[in-house]
Amino acid sequence: MLDIAAAYNKYKFLGNDFLTWIWFSIETQKDFSALLASKDVIIFEIGNSIVLENKLGDKSKEKITIKGDEAGLEEGTTALKKGAWVTQINLNCKINEDEYKFTIKGESFNITGLKTPKTDLSKNGDEIEGLIIEKAFSCFRIFEVIDTLFLKYLEQRVSDDWNHKGLQDIKNWIGSF
Amino acid sequence: MGLISSTHSISRYYIDGKFEGSAAEEVRNNLIAYSIPKLESEYDEISAGWTPFESPYNPDFDKFSIQFGTYFLFSLRVDKKSIPIRLIQKYMAIEIEKKIEKSGRNFISKNEKTEIKEMVIDLLMHKIPAVPSIYEILWNYEEQNLYLFTTQKAANELFETLFFKSFKLKAVRLFPYTLVETKSGFSNSHKDRILSLTPLKYTR
Repeated sequence: MLDIAAAYNKYKFLGNDFLTWIWFSIETQKDFSALLASKDVIIFEIGNSIVLENKLGDKSKEKITIKGDEAGLEEGTTALKKGAWVTQINLNCKINEDEYKFTIKGESFNITGLKTPKTDLSKNGDEIEGLIIEKAFSCFRIFEVIDTLFLKYLEQRVSDDWNHKGLQDIKNWIGSF
Repeated sequence: MGLISSTHSISRYYIDGKFEGSAAEEVRNNLIAYSIPKLESEYDEISAGWTPFESPYNPDFDKFSIQFGTYFLFSLRVDKKSIPIRLIQKYMAIEIEKKIEKSGRNFISKNEKTEIKEMVIDLLMHKIPAVPSIYEILWNYEEQNLYLFTTQKAANELFETLFFKSFKLKAVRLFPYTLVETKSGFSNSHKDRILSLTPLKYTR
């Protein structure tokens, strides 16, 4: 393995590219259950925020933040057209009947504001153990979906038809705005 | 308590390696060995150690469980003393006035001022109580996955250091590169292809 700090910086683009691809996949109504080869019904939706970054001519960067439950994403799509990439996105994920909401950062895959499916929050005696196990299961489950999706994305990225299929589809989507 | 609160912030780790003996015993014994002291040290600016999930202010691992189903669950407690700058300024002004009166001069040197500042910080550091922060840890030992319920850089660093000291196992932060290395199951040639990728350009 490479030095961890160096590898973090060198390959953070993989996470950012992945988030841009998720946005594209949601907007073009890709079948996530099929992508993940899962028997569960898995649906992703864009949540209430997206952060993009764009390199300007010199060493400086432009940061575009879109926030709000009903916010339009036009500034985001315009930024993509100018060459920006997604660095952070808020997502809603439905696995069968269970709903998860969270914000994921591309470079670190840190998750903030994670809301897992509702559980009974009573803290009486033995019930706490059941509650903890249920919460833990929910946390591990959503990360399993994210990790599998990321690895599926990487499989596509290194496949032979990526340049004239995968990448071209994203370019067509961005060009359609 | 973070894990059973309504929202969570999580950073993830891959635990490189396993214990030779019983995991439950190793984890428990090492948590006890590196638990946070019951009595606060009046000299340490910062102290960190493990506590049971259900009892963050009483690190009694005999009384409280760390095993919940197949998971280990416990907390990292970090006690930190921080002195407000205005408090330092106040006590420095008092001490400088005393020094001037005592010396009969109407000024004090730069060195004297530095000495006073050090003395004031030392004095306040002993008096001021430490503020505790609790970060929960959920460890799926068999899957070699660990979740730390915070994304604060300082807490991550303290956790990584204390975890290695306690268990002699390396906690590797999971981010795009380390996910490929530790969890992908890709062949070496597949990994090489991924690691030779460059950022995408979407514009025509």
